[in-house]
Amino acid sequence: MTYTVAVGLAVTIALLVDLVTLRTRLVTRRVFWIAYAIVLFFQLISNGILAGREVVRYDPDAILGLRVVYAPVEDVGFGFALVLMTLAVWVRTGARPAPPPAPRPARHRAASSTPPDPDRTEARGT
Amino acid sequence: MRHLTYVAVLAGILAAAIWLEPVLRVGVLRQWRRLLLTVVPVAFAFSIWDIAAFRAGHWRLDPAQTTGVVLPGGLPLDELLFFVVIPVCSVLGFEAVRTMRDRA
Repeated sequence: MTYTVAVGLAVTIALLVDLVTLRTRLVTRRVFWIAYAIVLFFQLISNGILAGREVVRYDPDAILGLRVVYAPVEDVGFGFALVLMTLAVWVRTGARPAPPPAPRPARHRAASSTPPDPDRTEARGT
Repeated sequence: MRHLTYVAVLAGILAAAIWLEPVLRVGVLRQWRRLLLTVVPVAFAFSIWDIAAFRAGHWRLDPAQTTGVVLPGGLPLDELLFFVVIPVCSVLGFEAVRTMRDRA
């Protein structure tokens, strides 16, 4: 498996966690993409320093070879997976500030099917 | 000091985001339990991914620019810090966007 495939796997899992497992559906929300754009900006700077100064080195045979600010293009996908996974868990854990110790209803989590603090961008159009 | 290059970059990232807590009052660090609940599983999952990619020979760190401390399992300390700092800063950024939106 190349680094490219490993990153593709991470992105796929992150998307599944967001859309299916936690049902946070962040990738459908404008607030996520604005936040991600900001994170990406800083990632390109910091990753560029790390890759440019060769703090991190990559096996040329494991990557496509296409580089964005010195770093392999794969790292953009890697960062996306890390940020999406993080924010999906963060948003989901916001649903219950103190998880109750009582057992939850088995299998169907009907009560938690709605994402917590739903984004209101559709209604407000901002 | 050169072996702290990676850590210095991480410190820079943290500095670029941490001010959001007091200035915009995003209340992320205040919810430290929720933050732990978020960062620990994510850092754990990505550490496993990272170790697998390292063992496959995809990447390596320059010993001259990193701490050289390797945790049990083979994960460099610098990488673990990365998987803590990036999620924390991502949450700070996300909550900052939410805060600004709600104020608008």
